[in-house]
Amino acid sequence: MEKNLNDIFQAKIDREEKIEPKDWMPDAYRKTLIRQISQHAHSEIVGMLPEGNWITRAPTLRRKVALMAKVQDEAGHGLYLYSACETLGIDRDTLFEQLHSGKAKYSSIFNYPTLSWADIGSIGWLVDGAAIMNQVPLCRCSYGPYARAMVRVCKEESFHQRQGFEILLNLSKGSDEQKAMLQESVNRWWWPAMMMFGPSDADSPNTQQSMQWKIKRFTNDELRQKFVDICYEQAKILNVTLPDPDIKWNEERGHYDFGEINWDEFWQVVKGNGPCNKERIAARKTAWEEGAWVREAAVAHANKRAARKTKKVA
Amino acid sequence: MENNWPIWEIFIRSKNGLNHKHVGSLHATDAEMAMQNARDVYTRRNEGISIWVVESKHISASDPDEGESLFDPANDKVYRHPTFYNLPDELKHM
Ligand SMILES: [Fe+2]
Ligand SMILES: [Fe+2]
Repeated sequence: MEKNLNDIFQAKIDREEKIEPKDWMPDAYRKTLIRQISQHAHSEIVGMLPEGNWITRAPTLRRKVALMAKVQDEAGHGLYLYSACETLGIDRDTLFEQLHSGKAKYSSIFNYPTLSWADIGSIGWLVDGAAIMNQVPLCRCSYGPYARAMVRVCKEESFHQRQGFEILLNLSKGSDEQKAMLQESVNRWWWPAMMMFGPSDADSPNTQQSMQWKIKRFTNDELRQKFVDICYEQAKILNVTLPDPDIKWNEERGHYDFGEINWDEFWQVVKGNGPCNKERIAARKTAWEEGAWVREAAVAHANKRAARKTKKVA
Repeated sequence: MENNWPIWEIFIRSKNGLNHKHVGSLHATDAEMAMQNARDVYTRRNEGISIWVVESKHISASDPDEGESLFDPANDKVYRHPTFYNLPDELKHM
């Protein structure tokens, strides 16, 4: 019977039919999705922290309203994704608990600090850029609620990347100090952004299953290559050098070759030893704990109003 | 109500003349908060002119496993479609 259900399920996916919450699905499919969607949601939420760091110090009102709108969008992305995840039968508080206890991961990129204003530009250009590259194929993911959430997210991401690029473009036309700030920032963000696509295909044992289930449409290395090809051209407009001496055009492959990623650094950050891991989780937990009274008060208020209503009816 | 706020399903009418359409869900303690949250989460870019919020537990959904018996009866009733009727080509506007 189980075998049969599995075959029907896979055939449905092969026909490009979406899987919806109440449909039968293999346990492993459900587990993979809960892990991936929750990790994605956590990334959106934690991702607000490095950028929020610059809201009060944005150089102009125009930059400030744009940054606030972007950070608010990221909160929204987190909420769409938590909702999609909950359709798989896990509740919101459990998801938060997994983030706070360190059981669940989020993208390692958000464990790097935002040291200069140029970092806000670099995040928009490179971090949102890499995220978009990952997210566009997810709009066709086989799980309906995830795919629909991603359509909404992708529509909003475009402004994030453009506002970041505009920040950098301004710096690139500025003083020598501003140009240096731009280059220094790109130097720091390039490699962590490259790591956002995850381990190389050879070290990514789950990729094949995820591709068969059409959760993933491209491998990590395929997406990373696309990212390099696009960024190399965009960097020219900013007059910056990507900090990789091995980047060069490969006529035969029709792609840019690039240098080896420091996988040791990647795994260190994933394991919790990045520059800001502890700070990020501490900030999240503080916000959660200090907000507890608000959540409790809202429940008390709603209960009181409901009771008053019943009394009136009676 | 325990601390896990209930889930609400959100429906939005994108413009006059169109149906409200399901856009996603969110948590809120009551309808009023659900409405405010829906405004912030689902209409940050003028996506709608009207919002419905319904607590998820009030929605009864059909069972996908019973989809066949539920929808089968409509399958063999081709005479419900205009193309079932054979009419001459020279007949216009019908
Ligand atoms: Fe986002
Ligand atoms: Fe973004």
